[in-house]
Amino acid sequence: MELRTVFVAAAACLIVLTLGYLYRLVTGPTIFDRILGLSGFGTSTTIILTLMGCAYGRLDMFVDIALGYALLNFVGVLAAARYFERARG
Amino acid sequence: MSGLLNALFLALLVILAVAAVRVRDLVGAVLALSAYGLVLALTWAGMGAVDVAFTEAVVGAGASTVFFLATLLRTVRTEQVRLPRARAASLAAVFLLGGLLFLATHEFPSWGDPASPPSVHVSPRYLRLGYAETGAPNIVTAVLADYRGYDTLVETVVIFTAALACWVLLGRPKA
Repeated sequence: MELRTVFVAAAACLIVLTLGYLYRLVTGPTIFDRILGLSGFGTSTTIILTLMGCAYGRLDMFVDIALGYALLNFVGVLAAARYFERARG
Repeated sequence: MSGLLNALFLALLVILAVAAVRVRDLVGAVLALSAYGLVLALTWAGMGAVDVAFTEAVVGAGASTVFFLATLLRTVRTEQVRLPRARAASLAAVFLLGGLLFLATHEFPSWGDPASPPSVHVSPRYLRLGYAETGAPNIVTAVLADYRGYDTLVETVVIFTAALACWVLLGRPKA
């Protein structure tokens, strides 16, 4: 079996597994479940991106995007946390 | 094989779009929209459009989330209006138009086709003479900032106006 197939299959499995995070994000009883869901979802997308980089043979380029994603995900969660600090306080 | 990943991404996009519309808690809807931006950027990255993917991730997943949350902080958090029930006629019109657009996609050149009209019109000239004429080592930068300089300039004006309008509406200190 070609190594590329393994990477694509792993990425596909991870995409299916993000449905768990999505469930928390959409239904989540409290807002903190939603924030955690988004955070976990963002972490999965960084891994999916690096796997795609391995599959397409352009890991150097995709690692840069993955790093940018991780930063942006952090910014999003930070903004949500700040929202609650202001809204409650 | 990349078709499998693309199909999964598009399925996720549909789920997230429906979720962003249906969730009643607006903070939850904003977070769903942020996840939508992430998946859309993944789709672009899978097609090799790295610049577009970066822009989509920064704007769709980063900046718009922060702006939406800032707006919610100054307004209310729960949705006030109830969505009216869709009427049969409007539903039929939507599906008809969607079906027509779907049929029209078959007229598109296939993805990455070197003989498609955009690829044979001006792109070869840009690729051949871009570095000599502009001096920009990145061809995307050369096209955006030089060949389409006026277009980009007016785009910047539009974005500046939008930022100004947001500042006027939201940024004033409370009296």
